[in-house]
Amino acid sequence: MAVGKKRKLEFESPVYDLEEKIEAGRQRGLEPDSAEMKKLAGRLEELEEKVYSGLSPWEEVQLARHPDRPTALQYIGEIFDEFLEFHGDRYFGDDPAVVGGLASLGGRRVMVVGHEKGRNTRDRLKRNFGMASPEGFRKSLRLMKLAEKFSLPIVSLVDTPGAYPGVGAEERGQSVAIASNLKNLFDISSPIIVVIIGEGGSGGALALAIGDTVLMMEHAVYSVISPEGCAAILYKNKDKAPEAASSLRLTSSDCLELKVIDEVIREKHGAAHRDQHGNAEQIKRVLVRKLSELEGIPGEALLKKRVDKFSRIGIFNG
Amino acid sequence: MNWLKRARKGIRTWRRKSIPEGLWKKCPSCGEIVYSENLQKNLSVCSNCGNHFRISPDRYLEILFDRGSFEESDPDLSSSDPLKFKDSKKYPGRIKNAQKKTSRKSAVLTGTAELDGNRVALAIMDFSFLGGSMGSVVGEKIARIARKAIEQRIPFLMVSASGGARMQESILSLMQMAKTSAAVNLLEKSKLPFISILTNPTTGGVAASFAFQGDIIIAEPRALIGFAGPRVIKETVGEELPEGFQR
Ligand SMILES: [Zn+2]
Repeated sequence: MAVGKKRKLEFESPVYDLEEKIEAGRQRGLEPDSAEMKKLAGRLEELEEKVYSGLSPWEEVQLARHPDRPTALQYIGEIFDEFLEFHGDRYFGDDPAVVGGLASLGGRRVMVVGHEKGRNTRDRLKRNFGMASPEGFRKSLRLMKLAEKFSLPIVSLVDTPGAYPGVGAEERGQSVAIASNLKNLFDISSPIIVVIIGEGGSGGALALAIGDTVLMMEHAVYSVISPEGCAAILYKNKDKAPEAASSLRLTSSDCLELKVIDEVIREKHGAAHRDQHGNAEQIKRVLVRKLSELEGIPGEALLKKRVDKFSRIGIFNG
Repeated sequence: MNWLKRARKGIRTWRRKSIPEGLWKKCPSCGEIVYSENLQKNLSVCSNCGNHFRISPDRYLEILFDRGSFEESDPDLSSSDPLKFKDSKKYPGRIKNAQKKTSRKSAVLTGTAELDGNRVALAIMDFSFLGGSMGSVVGEKIARIARKAIEQRIPFLMVSASGGARMQESILSLMQMAKTSAAVNLLEKSKLPFISILTNPTTGGVAASFAFQGDIIIAEPRALIGFAGPRVIKETVGEELPEGFQR
């Protein structure tokens, strides 16, 4: 693994320090199966296990937003054999914050949609950091309807700070766009598998997150509001975001406990940004298994189960 | 009316001190001072600018439905504190205060009533209950009343007033957008009409779910309607918003 221009979070340092040591050993000409290198590799595995578990919710938020964390398009490139991207909502334009198209997964044809945050500064600006406008939500719905027409299962990769809160987005009906996704996704009779790969931010995430199976990457987060937004309201102070992150119960284990998601996908090498390929394989394995489970369920039954699934969520007295 | 306007500009303190409380009301939209009794007669609509004053669910019942026809559903559903939400004020305390203030267990009133002799299922949100925010209880009550509409084969009428999802129930609140949307979807499959009335304000998770899923959507004049609130948008785009934006 190349070290150097990797961006690292403070708590990750021990892992990267050890990797530097291993790299130095390699440059000294030590064989990978030499006793010393084997020992270091073993220690790295242990360290990854230690550093990336038991994190605070705020650290989980930072991992979910890590600049090197694989984006939807990067995962799509790894998971699917082919990908043919489609554009536009047929009303206003194409929203680069949402991507989607036909893909094949080990011989299966599927429709894949997702939020795309972008990989570098220029790309991120172009894609509005994954914050979708109404066109993005309408494109995703259009593609999911297309999938239904051709009886293709749907994979949705969710990764967004939230729907874009801008003047144009409001003028073109941000609320209506999200509301119409939410209502219509209970009509799409194809199996829908949702994976929260990074940030599941509010209504903008949910608009792509209605499905028969909702999976979440280990270090992804899912919340009604960003910790910063929550802190601004609760404490009138955005610097209190770490506290707000704890209050919001937004980690994958929280969401599993609250019965909001079905399964957590463990991340390899500690966290997804450290091993894009390995973690894409993790997702792929689960996708194939879930697709096999959902295939063959008649559309009517699928829709009824989907409605029941979301109708059960909530905790109250009485 | 001229002297009233002058009084407003000049001698405010005098007005406040000498007029019995509740006899006059100031229109939050145009600033006009209106006589409470006239306002009441005019169904809480400002005679000067047409602004709809914020009114309680009970007042909506009174205005919209036949007298004595209302039958409440699920009046006792109330919020627990599923996340043990850490906040300056504890969530159960906030709930208790809101319950005391509104004499209601939750931010939405649901049931059935007759409208000109026709029975309809209805839900009316209460903005004075924690800003009409939607958590598990609001979502559940709306979903249940929509299902009742389906069982009884009657139309569904919804009056929304909400700043959006309730932060103190975080992800569970977000999921209520899905739950209520599923209920509206069933209503649609049953081919029953859903009339959605948007009042001031209807924003966030409520605007982005059932409020904008109606077959017919009616908005009260000058109500703030949108997804993101004006403050959030202003912070994002860093500029003043156009006049009348989201109204
Ligand atoms: Zn007025």
